[in-house]
Amino acid sequence: MSSVISVYIISKAGGLIFSHDQPSPTAEVVARFPHQQGLVLEEVDRNVVVKFGEQHGIQVGYSLVAINGQPVSNRCLPSGENAAQYLNSPDNYPLSLKFSRLKTSINERIMLLSMFHSIYAISVKLSPENKSSGIQCLEAETFKLHCLQTVTGVKFIVIADRKQGSVDDLLKKIYELYADYVLKNPFYALDMPIRCELFNVNLIKLLEAESRSSYLTGTTTA
Amino acid sequence: LLAIELVNMTIYNLYIFDRNCQCLYYKAWNRNKKAGISLEEEFKLMYGMIFSIKSLISRLSASSSKDGFLGYSTSNYKLNFYETPTGLKFVLNTDTNVASARDALQHIYSNLYVDYVVRNPVQRPGEWIDSEMFKSQLDSYIQSLPFR
Repeated sequence: MSSVISVYIISKAGGLIFSHDQPSPTAEVVARFPHQQGLVLEEVDRNVVVKFGEQHGIQVGYSLVAINGQPVSNRCLPSGENAAQYLNSPDNYPLSLKFSRLKTSINERIMLLSMFHSIYAISVKLSPENKSSGIQCLEAETFKLHCLQTVTGVKFIVIADRKQGSVDDLLKKIYELYADYVLKNPFYALDMPIRCELFNVNLIKLLEAESRSSYLTGTTTA
Repeated sequence: LLAIELVNMTIYNLYIFDRNCQCLYYKAWNRNKKAGISLEEEFKLMYGMIFSIKSLISRLSASSSKDGFLGYSTSNYKLNFYETPTGLKFVLNTDTNVASARDALQHIYSNLYVDYVVRNPVQRPGEWIDSEMFKSQLDSYIQSLPFR
């Protein structure tokens, strides 16, 4: 089981030029609601998201995916009826609702990683010690974000499980793949989004090899 | 005779913020580089950076809604972060050798802040911490830590 969750590459201007998610199981919860109770939903972008009222395993941030087996897309049921309105009329109950945590959209990721690019620069400014680099490892409770900034200002970001030890080797290898399959690609323009098939293929191979080696040794890569 | 070399671990500085972006306290024990901006601006920048990092973490993590920002490390320093449920934020910059300053920060909150600031009838919430007891106890606690 690979402990790497995602890989991102940020150009020197701060724009996201590559993103890759390792396949991971999404949490889904199906619950029966005999009558309207407690759940407060809000429409965020094109989704109906739980804002308040955690119950039956449904947490804040989960999106409504299906009502009575019918998929909800763009806030509406297949019949065209608005999902939130459907849930507000008591005649429609009892209902079976399916919630799941949707992955962040690519637009949101572009925004979040540009934010990281700026935070990286601020961390250098606020350093109490001379000649500090930017953030190399950002720790959260459920994951760790590792960052390698090259001399040209390109940042390689790996989001991995907390258990993962040092990711420096992996980051350097991803940098090598970038140099080989992206920069040496005559059709690739610098700082543009990366659409190089060989880079994707070899990255996936690298991540698989890395997860296999950490599984075999029983420990995380040193 | 075995010469044991002690790894000298350093604590640079500490910031305390309340939930309204106010900096309640700042103390530097070792600081070799100024930010090049006034202290007031630095407090706002630090608070803003922390706020952005917390927002980043809660939206980037697809698996859990709890943010739980613990800190970050760079090549030279490590920023350790601790937030209480009431929104009080403690930011401690140490060197990279420090494994986890969480216990230290928790102690600073529950033993020093609660005792000498919260329970101080003269200390008004949202204002700079003036308490001499707090300052001296904090200094001696920091000096007493195995990482100095």
